Amino acid sequence: MHVVTFTRSTPDTAAKVWVDDNGAVSWGDVATVVNPWDEYSLEETIAIAKGNGGKSTVIAIGAALHDDALKHSLAMGVQDAIRIEEGGADIHDSLIWSGLAAGALQKLGDVDLVIFGKESIDVASDQHSMQLARRLGWTMLSFVSAIVELDAAAGTIKVEKTLEQGKQLLSARLPAVISVMKGINEPRYPNFLGIRKAAKAAIPVWTAADLGVDLPAPATAALRYFNPPARAVSTEIVAGEGVSDKAETLAARLFEEKVL
Amino acid sequence: MTVFVWIESFAGRALSSSWEALGAANALADELDCAVTAVVFGANAEAIATEAAGYGARGAIVCSDASLLEYRLETYAALLSQLVAERKPKAVLAVASNRGRELLASAAADTGHGMISDVVELRLADGQIIGTRPAYAGKVLMEITAHTETTYVTLRARAFSPATALAGHPPAIQRATAATVPDSIASLVEGFATESGSVNLTDAAIIVSGGRGMANNPRSAPAGLTGEAAAIWKAKDGFANTLKPLVELLGAALGASRAAVDAGYIPYEHQVGQTGKVVNPDLYIACGISGAIQHQAGMRNSKVIVAINKDAQAPIFKLARYGIVGDLYEVVPALTAALRRRLG
Repeated sequence: MHVVTFTRSTPDTAAKVWVDDNGAVSWGDVATVVNPWDEYSLEETIAIAKGNGGKSTVIAIGAALHDDALKHSLAMGVQDAIRIEEGGADIHDSLIWSGLAAGALQKLGDVDLVIFGKESIDVASDQHSMQLARRLGWTMLSFVSAIVELDAAAGTIKVEKTLEQGKQLLSARLPAVISVMKGINEPRYPNFLGIRKAAKAAIPVWTAADLGVDLPAPATAALRYFNPPARAVSTEIVAGEGVSDKAETLAARLFEEKVL
Repeated sequence: MTVFVWIESFAGRALSSSWEALGAANALADELDCAVTAVVFGANAEAIATEAAGYGARGAIVCSDASLLEYRLETYAALLSQLVAERKPKAVLAVASNRGRELLASAAADTGHGMISDVVELRLADGQIIGTRPAYAGKVLMEITAHTETTYVTLRARAFSPATALAGHPPAIQRATAATVPDSIASLVEGFATESGSVNLTDAAIIVSGGRGMANNPRSAPAGLTGEAAAIWKAKDGFANTLKPLVELLGAALGASRAAVDAGYIPYEHQVGQTGKVVNPDLYIACGISGAIQHQAGMRNSKVIVAINKDAQAPIFKLARYGIVGDLYEVVPALTAALRRRLG
């Protein structure tokens, strides 16, 4: 069984992110981390590949910045890493992104299961995973909170999918693309040997030509980035004689605000 | 020309969030001088389409084929893509729920059109649809447009005002047939476990959240529990017996910080923040939450924020409209009692 996962480098969740005077998104000199949602897909990928005597591959699409996430993935225990870089391709456009990703999976040829983290925190998008599945004609199982059953020999998978009203139990034939939620597992930390191995790894870079993909014109365009308006809030620290006095005043304020 | 709006339903009833999508669709259709078409699949589709007409949809396309009775991505996406290819709507709108996100993304891939997701503002400029959406978990905003004939748009829950109910004129209902043959469907719905009594965080008007401070419960843990296990017991007891009464009184949803989730105090479904849910309720009450930047990313757009924290220096107070510096285990019961007297 060949399990593939996708990842990218993103600013740390604790990082300040802003739009600079040139209109570019910046997070200063804060180091990037592997996209936090991908910790879970990486863990799932490693565990499933190992559990089924299969192999695992991690792919990033984009500039050399994403090598850091790929190395982290290798250090955790994914076997192979590939980066896809296509100069000039607007990879923020999900149809371009999914076209390149589909090309990579077709080139690999033997993939049974693709696992994504729920979304990427930078562009805050999850449509990439769904559009990849659609382009391949594979079944998409999103928002998976548990893999209930995976039968590599029979080529079937059963998952619990999170919807707003509860959990849907779904079974499907492989190959499939799934996206997993936080809480599906406890991601492992890279160990010393893994980190050393990853540091030495040479990561191949594939282009659209290597994949035999003809990229269409992007369907979307980002027009501008801007900082959200500052939250104009003056804080009232509720005063009073004791707790019940303060609580009474706060209750009155909330009624004045008409939020109850 | 028309604007499609997908009316999401569950167990044969429209979700009220769908009227937000219809509100946004009505505004867009007004500017484009065209009519809104409600797209309704599944059980009770015609009745739901009639209800949608009461909120401004002029036309409706419905399909209640057996393969669509229960929501499934493959069958829904195949039919939606087919309808878009045939009718060429200017836009397809839906709320960015889990179903809405995957359905529109899949149909957009099928028809090769651009998609703008998680939009908080929508406008038209020179005939082009421009959406404003958060990126980097709301730390920055971006404007994005699509060049394609149809633009798919998912709308962040509670970002758009729901359509107002009008004196209903019956919609022109057209019936569609399923686009998939049963044997070709690779996935099968084997069951559904409804979560009863829980309120969906992203749709909630009021959220009460607990953080690391939940572990400072004055109740003592059962004998035998020490250290981390005792802290977990105390925090769980606090969520169940201190926050829950306030949640139930206000009809609110129960939230939590990442610290509380990672410490095992409460399941992940409740996490608000950058790696949890991004919410924008009218009222957000943060109890024992310090307000790390990653939590703020998930709740900073709440209309009124209340912070209850022992530490007067906690960053959450900078974001809050009202704050009480004190022990949540004293303040929350007092606040619950004060609100109960007023609410009767």
